[in-house]
Amino acid sequence: MFVIIMGCGRLGAQLAVMLEDQGHEVTILDLDKYAFDHLPPGFKGRKFLGDGTDQDTLRRAGAERADAFISATRGDNRNALAAQVAKHVFHIKRVGSVIFDPIREEVYRELGLSTINPTRIEASLLMEAVMKAPVD
Amino acid sequence: MFVVVAGAGKVGFHLARALVPDHEVLVIEIDPSRADYVGEELGEEVVMQGDACDAATMERAGMERADMVVAATGDDEDNLTFCQIAKAKFNVPRAVARINNPQNEGLFKQLGIDATVSATSLIMAHIEQELPWRGLIPLLMLRSHGLEIVEVRIPSDAAVVGRNLRSLLLPHGSLIVLVIDQGGTPHLPSAETVVQAEDILIALTNIDSEEALRAALTSPP
Repeated sequence: MFVIIMGCGRLGAQLAVMLEDQGHEVTILDLDKYAFDHLPPGFKGRKFLGDGTDQDTLRRAGAERADAFISATRGDNRNALAAQVAKHVFHIKRVGSVIFDPIREEVYRELGLSTINPTRIEASLLMEAVMKAPVD
Repeated sequence: MFVVVAGAGKVGFHLARALVPDHEVLVIEIDPSRADYVGEELGEEVVMQGDACDAATMERAGMERADMVVAATGDDEDNLTFCQIAKAKFNVPRAVARINNPQNEGLFKQLGIDATVSATSLIMAHIEQELPWRGLIPLLMLRSHGLEIVEVRIPSDAAVVGRNLRSLLLPHGSLIVLVIDQGGTPHLPSAETVVQAEDILIALTNIDSEEALRAALTSPP
């Protein structure tokens, strides 16, 4: 698959490496060229400097032939806008988006986006870790 | 009417100031010092400091009884989120968004934002009006059904010059609603109205028929 990732923070970079390891073609976008430092030196995917919420930028990044799009910046609103551009303008079949605010995530899920809410997931994992921790 | 405005930048602030005399207005501004300034200028009750896209802030703002929301920040992603949450979660009947990147105009419409205002597009339309080009100038996108009001200046070598409206083959979904002659006088067109060179035609058209309408009205014989 050809996957476009928006946001090359720790999360985006990690995801890019995982997808590449599985043999997928990856293009990763960020507004800040220093963000690409999060990628390991051997990363062979394409690094694309630009605004992933901008339709022209996405087109140049290859959105018209993308099989999947993932927005993974730290900004919920940017992630939601980019995901909706990917879905409704470029008709990309698989679109995933990170939304940190649980309420915003709920709204966007109800509006038909595939969303992941790290806050909720991390909270449950932390709770589980604490509850299962051995007590002397 | 109760109007909630997101963003007290220049657009949001002046909009709120214009609305205050006749409507109940609340502006949500994230920057505390800017919010203080707006409070001093327009009254404490007109401003609330907070993130307009945060549901708890929206609830505090009394969003569920808002008649209209206006997203006036300089960031399209914030404007879209604010409008989408207002509509989806608080059932606000009408959402208007300022568009900063004109490419987002179509998407916002598609996503159910009732009206969009793009300064870039408006200025472009004015520039295009000054240029000799064979094109349609979009004047207003209508809320529903993908309709748009456009303006077109008839070039002197266009095939339609000297013909009456009845004989024109316009694309389905297009309608000439006004003819402005060279002297600037508007006329309500009838089937017998004859198109003259340099007339300005105002037409209502389906967005999908735009290109066909442009060709029909401006192509040389």
